[in-house]
Amino acid sequence: MKLLDGLGKGTIETLEYAGGITQLAGESVGFIATLRIRFGETLSQCYLLGVQSLIIVLLTSLFTGMVFSLESANQAVQYGVGSLVGGAVAYTSVRELGPMLSAVVVAGRVGAAIAAEIGAMVVTEQIEALRSMSLPPVRYLVVPRLLAMIIMLPLLAIFADVVSIVGGMWIANTYAHIGSADFISSARQTIGFPDVVKGLFKSVVFGIIIALVGAYQGLKTRGGAAGVGLATTGAVVTSIILIFVTNFIMSYMLYGTH
Amino acid sequence: MDAKPYARLDDVSLFYGDKVVLKNCTLDIVEGAITCVIGLSGAGKSTILRLLDALRKPDEGHVYIGDRDICHTPETELIEVRRKIALSFQFAALLDSLTIGENVGLPLRENTQQPEAEIRQIVEDALDSVGLAHTYDNLPSELSGGMLKRAGFARAIVTKPDLVLYDEPTTGLDPIVTHLITDMIVRLRKKLGGTAVVISHDLQSIFMMADYVAMLFEGAIIAYGTVEEIKRSPNPIVQQFLEGSEVGPIPI
Repeated sequence: MKLLDGLGKGTIETLEYAGGITQLAGESVGFIATLRIRFGETLSQCYLLGVQSLIIVLLTSLFTGMVFSLESANQAVQYGVGSLVGGAVAYTSVRELGPMLSAVVVAGRVGAAIAAEIGAMVVTEQIEALRSMSLPPVRYLVVPRLLAMIIMLPLLAIFADVVSIVGGMWIANTYAHIGSADFISSARQTIGFPDVVKGLFKSVVFGIIIALVGAYQGLKTRGGAAGVGLATTGAVVTSIILIFVTNFIMSYMLYGTH
Repeated sequence: MDAKPYARLDDVSLFYGDKVVLKNCTLDIVEGAITCVIGLSGAGKSTILRLLDALRKPDEGHVYIGDRDICHTPETELIEVRRKIALSFQFAALLDSLTIGENVGLPLRENTQQPEAEIRQIVEDALDSVGLAHTYDNLPSELSGGMLKRAGFARAIVTKPDLVLYDEPTTGLDPIVTHLITDMIVRLRKKLGGTAVVISHDLQSIFMMADYVAMLFEGAIIAYGTVEEIKRSPNPIVQQFLEGSEVGPIPI
């Protein structure tokens, strides 16, 4: 019976969570569609959430591209297919690693920041103060962060793609003596503009997930500092899980049917 | 009571899970007067303010602002209702990321089309009226607890609301600042007109400012009247509360 109780409770909580996120998304879309947007705050969030995440995204993408090239280049040369390394690195970076790695890194940094900031505002009654002043918290806080993530995460993914490929090219050249021209030629033959667009589309979806999950966790914070901690952890864990799940679904829908 | 009520809690009940917060609670907020609500910690006093500001809805009963039942008013229309009501929070609840001037001017900047220069002047006047004339560019973290409460008052009065709700305005302050704030609430009400509701434990300050006092106990109003009427109340619960005695019908 306890197992069934737990299962039932878990199902209800999951559905409530999904309903809450959907409602938050609906309210946000309502404000965006009617252009009730705080443009100055959105720009500010673009800087805080996007530009300030650039270094960490560049570093993780650079080293991931380098590791991928290191692992693949030597073996590819041994099997006589060194000319394919550029294509493999570029293909993986643009379609999967760039969008997903940048999203995971940003989920850790930005998702936590959004949940912590809004959560702290809940426990210090600042959210209630906004409502009391007839300022909907969704318009005031959530919409600028959502738009900032929709704009900035694809841009970060482009940087991640480029840095990952450049890092891979350098390693391929240094350790497997694959010429840069061969590497780039292979990359250009393998990936096309649609691949880049599909990768950026993924980033937009990941940006929406990070902003909405972070904001929702923040808004439902209860119980002081401990509650803020739980909200922050919950935002990061949930965002990352959802990013992996939606990445699989999107990859299947965008590439899997070819 | 003959005085006209500005707002009214009518047979209101509210529950948090199994816990009864308010049970068949009825209270009139007299127009143009300061009504103070007293009661034990956790009695539901702050909840009354949230009900009057339409931030919470009761599980049973009605809340009227004028003749309008705000329990059955759509959220979009409640925005208009809340614009005539201001809530001053216990810990001020100023936005950390904004300066004091930006905090105080927030409802004007977001909800009106007034020019920036005009808003700045109104905000400076509001800050001046609470004795914080030179704090416009300070962040909330740079102010003391008493100053933050006064900045919260300035934000509450900047829109010239019809009803101002003060949640524990003197809690945690020294006697001098407590006196200053009590005096300020009376002065602001006289200057701006309108109606005020104050939630507090501080009996000395309540006796200084209240036109009417209501005592909340176990979710219901058990005594209501002028300060003198409350002081003379035959209710043993009221008398024990006023005396601060451990002996009496109130369970400790």
